[in-house]
Amino acid sequence: MMTQQRKAVALISGGLDSLLAARVMQDQGIHVEGLNFYTGFCVEGHTHAIRKKDQKKNKRNNALWVAEQLNIKLHIIDIVEEYKQVVFNPKHGYGANLNPCLDCKIFMVRKAYEWIRQKGFDFIITGEVIGQRPMSQRKDTMPVVARESGAEDLLLRPLCARNLPASLPEREGWVKRDKLYDFSGRNRKPQMALARHFGIEDYAQPAGGCCFLTDAQYSVKLADLWRARGSKQYEMDDIMLLKVGRHLRPAAHFKLIVAREEGEGSFLQGYRKQFPHLNTTSHPGPLTLIDGRVEEADLLLAARIVARYSQGRDAAEVELSYTDGTGETRLLKVEPLKPHEIPKEWFI
Amino acid sequence: MKSVVLDCRRLLCPMPVIRVQNRVDELPAGTLLEAVCTDPGALNDIPAWCRINGHKVIETKRSDQEYIVILQVGEAD
Repeated sequence: MMTQQRKAVALISGGLDSLLAARVMQDQGIHVEGLNFYTGFCVEGHTHAIRKKDQKKNKRNNALWVAEQLNIKLHIIDIVEEYKQVVFNPKHGYGANLNPCLDCKIFMVRKAYEWIRQKGFDFIITGEVIGQRPMSQRKDTMPVVARESGAEDLLLRPLCARNLPASLPEREGWVKRDKLYDFSGRNRKPQMALARHFGIEDYAQPAGGCCFLTDAQYSVKLADLWRARGSKQYEMDDIMLLKVGRHLRPAAHFKLIVAREEGEGSFLQGYRKQFPHLNTTSHPGPLTLIDGRVEEADLLLAARIVARYSQGRDAAEVELSYTDGTGETRLLKVEPLKPHEIPKEWFI
Repeated sequence: MKSVVLDCRRLLCPMPVIRVQNRVDELPAGTLLEAVCTDPGALNDIPAWCRINGHKVIETKRSDQEYIVILQVGEAD
């Protein structure tokens, strides 16, 4: 009698570990398909198209690329809205920045668990390795992910399975435990050796930098946004704009987003209808969005800041056009602020 | 042959791919789908997504600031 081919879904981040985990399963005859979740904070998503200097960089999406190397289907799931609750109220708290890594992993495995039940797959695999991450990949937190996601023993981590109690796929003999691995710790050499074994030479840099929430500077900007709004909230446009431009908050009730170069300027152009904005007219200068409500004195200060970042920074006077929230435009003439007149605390 | 245009302007990777994926799910095999994007990454990502999911890229092109991928929906599994 022919044995039934078992089906697993792999959480594919685009990094080496999830690639290897999926490859190990394929080696055992398991049918694998990939799931990739888009939270809105994925580094790879935002950064491709904005800065001009980045436009010549390789624009491949690593998760798609990994799926292609493995010859598996990849299902990319937009979880931007649902993910907000993970960011706002992580039960297990934040990491060094605003990264809710453990809650994030639980959330993604839970989504994968819902997916396999809906699609008739047998189990879930991840590229997790014990001790690799300070929050979500520890010996004591890995069972928490399995338990709180609801996946329980349907969650298999092929790269470190032999350090963990046997999962259902191992106990049932769907996969051979002795052909799984016992990697642990932050040392990447075992993964690199396994990659060589499979003939995989080209892969994205080790995981860890794939989420903006792990970035200190980004987290400061997000915390500032929440403080200014009086509550933890964001929309997709907010989290995109946190990645773009120079952010200055001269007062609690408004901040400026000043384009740093042409690519950012083009990107911010797309937001002109949503935000009051300033454009220098007498000299080349950056498009600047104003987030918040500004009185006349605030506006003049904002204009002086923008003038400082224009090519008229040394001129006695710079002319700017100001367009308010209704689309009405008027001209302003201001003296550019000197660099030392902009306090460091204004930079977010 | 039915043809559908999908507006993915101002979306950054991977949102154009997600939009294409979700739209393709609703379309019968053989339909032509034209995705109009402003993220140049779409020219790599949408064809890659098509290759791994069994859809055929008919044409990719650039016009001004837009990047267009025309694909034909493949047979469902």
